[in-house]
Amino acid sequence: MKMHLDEKIWLTLSFGMIMAFMLFTGYQAVALEMGPPSHMETIDPQKVDQTAPFDNPGIKQIGENEYEVVMTLQVFSFNPSNFEIPAGATVHFILTSKDVVHGFEVAGTNINTMVMPGQIQKITQKFDKPGNYLVLCNEYCGAGHQVMSTTFTVK
Amino acid sequence: METAIPKTSFKDKTNKVLGINPQDALISKLYMSVSFIALLIGGILGLVQGLNRAGLLELPSWLNYYQVLTAHGLLLVLVFTAFFTIGYFYAALSHTLGGLLPVVRKMAWVGFSLKIVGFVLAVVPIIMNEASVMYTFYPPMAAHPAFYIGLALIVVGVWVCAFGAFIQVANWRKNNKGQHVPILAYFATAVFILLFFGSVPVAIEVLVMIIPWSIGWVETINVMVARTLFWAFGHTLVNIWYLTAVSAWYVVVPKIMGGRRWSDVLTRVVIIGLVVMNITGGFHHQIVDPAINEVVKYMHVFMSLAIGFPSLMTAFALFAVFERTARRKGGKGLIGWWKKMPWGDVRFLAPFIAMVAFIPAGAGGIAQSTNQLDGVVHNTMWIVGHFHLTLGMSVAMTFFGISYWLVPYISKRVLTPAMNRLGVIQTILWTVGMIFMSGAMHWVGLLGSPRRTSYTTYGDHATALSWDPYLTFLAVGGTLLIIAVILQVYAVFNMMFFAPKGDTEFPIAEEEDNATKTPYWTERWGIWIVVMLIVVAMAYVIPLTDMIVNAPPGSPPFKTW
Repeated sequence: MKMHLDEKIWLTLSFGMIMAFMLFTGYQAVALEMGPPSHMETIDPQKVDQTAPFDNPGIKQIGENEYEVVMTLQVFSFNPSNFEIPAGATVHFILTSKDVVHGFEVAGTNINTMVMPGQIQKITQKFDKPGNYLVLCNEYCGAGHQVMSTTFTVK
Repeated sequence: METAIPKTSFKDKTNKVLGINPQDALISKLYMSVSFIALLIGGILGLVQGLNRAGLLELPSWLNYYQVLTAHGLLLVLVFTAFFTIGYFYAALSHTLGGLLPVVRKMAWVGFSLKIVGFVLAVVPIIMNEASVMYTFYPPMAAHPAFYIGLALIVVGVWVCAFGAFIQVANWRKNNKGQHVPILAYFATAVFILLFFGSVPVAIEVLVMIIPWSIGWVETINVMVARTLFWAFGHTLVNIWYLTAVSAWYVVVPKIMGGRRWSDVLTRVVIIGLVVMNITGGFHHQIVDPAINEVVKYMHVFMSLAIGFPSLMTAFALFAVFERTARRKGGKGLIGWWKKMPWGDVRFLAPFIAMVAFIPAGAGGIAQSTNQLDGVVHNTMWIVGHFHLTLGMSVAMTFFGISYWLVPYISKRVLTPAMNRLGVIQTILWTVGMIFMSGAMHWVGLLGSPRRTSYTTYGDHATALSWDPYLTFLAVGGTLLIIAVILQVYAVFNMMFFAPKGDTEFPIAEEEDNATKTPYWTERWGIWIVVMLIVVAMAYVIPLTDMIVNAPPGSPPFKTW
């Protein structure tokens, strides 16, 4: 195929740009461990209340300024809700759904993940900035989807 | 300067004398009518949503926001686009392949009937609030079985039309051995191949998994498998509408501005690339899902971004045509040639703005296919902004531009200067409306505002309240858009029934005189389909096997609305 010089330049740039996106993504995911939340563990969605750790949802300190939040999502609420964590804490959220597909988003942070029935999802974040954080469901889950939210306070 | 070599075959002559066969024209007119009625109703529902979301309109108790949203999605994503695409490509097949075969015409009618019956079956439960599950219908939310049966019939109707197109093209190839299928028929082949193979996964999801489960024959469903099958279809579908718009960019727009087509080889390579790589692109909708490991997700970054490459080639080819044509007409200088483009012609203006919109829209697509960036915007209003920029601007506006010559062509009428002026006004309104709406959506999404949510302040949380001003811009944009929709629908029906009689050309640009000869391997669809299936297998066999083998106990149906 006969190609113009401009076209070759453009194609090289295009190809380079896409490759750069891929390499950066790979570098972030592998070297910086910033891969997307991809937990593989499963659970019986009809027996969430009887299955550890979800039989006892809540916040638990597991290290020096490191916390675990075991949380269940159901129409149209988060359990636990309105909790507190100290500033600078690293928080591991361990999530599952008791009914339909939900989203778990903490507005203003990079926490944004899907919570599926039958699957356990995990996502971790360090909270340096004190304030009141809004947690909301960002996957349509029914008539009360717009009220499915809670907050937590970083002190 | 133009030095066209007259290459008029018998078929071209008969086309010139007779125009489109009235029976073929009727099919296209019908499809166009349904398409634009869907646009009108879907558009009104869109406005209702936009106003509610901005807190400016309270819905009556009998009308649920999510009901409106489900209908808006179905009408615009499925009906408006699908009916337009089929009406447009059937007219193109009729025009470039010498009239539709009687059997193909019959198939178009059968397909039409199946789709309409399916659509009614799907809409009734939505109106009765038995199917407020959105057009993505993620299990374990379970709608009324009629909703899914309706969707399945729509898919089967589309398949019948796809096979009609294959029969038409195969017949032409048999009678024209060794020749290249005319370019628009080539585009049509690609689009129908994607429509068929892309909808196979969703057909499996609906027929094998959801229908038996929603009726109650089986108790539980594998949520992750259903979702994955949906997205193998969902993203392909939007790319099919995009490919339809691209066909007009490559073939029609150059003719309208008085130029020639860019390299035929490149065009066909881009089409093959889009077909082969498309289906796997849907996986990026699941970047933040559980049950898919990071290695698979990273492989899918490659598979999604690969689609960007043919689009970037397209960007070059189109602007090369613009510059070349404008310079031939005496355009000078680095910027001066821009003045030589037919800005006052809606048939050019609308698709041109559509292409320009694809620059930010495509960039947004690349951002979203990339793991960490997607984490920021996933399921926020940003996605809705992206969606309206791609489908609402790049695709819909190209369709609008096409309507200003296609509707007169199939109706044996002409585009009057007055109608052209209306079209230009409509185009500008639509553009400004989309800039407001899509811009506000992108911005507020970056701040975290979620999508698919009716008016809420989350208990007057400060973060949520800070989003409100942007949502007002969204409503302003939506209001401008509905005015543009009404003008557009008026224009279509006016051109179909009331415009002055006359002959309108089906604009297909010729190749450049010194064009490279297109190699015949571009015609080997058998090979490209096998390559496509291999790519799909690479993408889906591992994660789907994993989701089935390591499946959790399934989910029973829930009605949460």
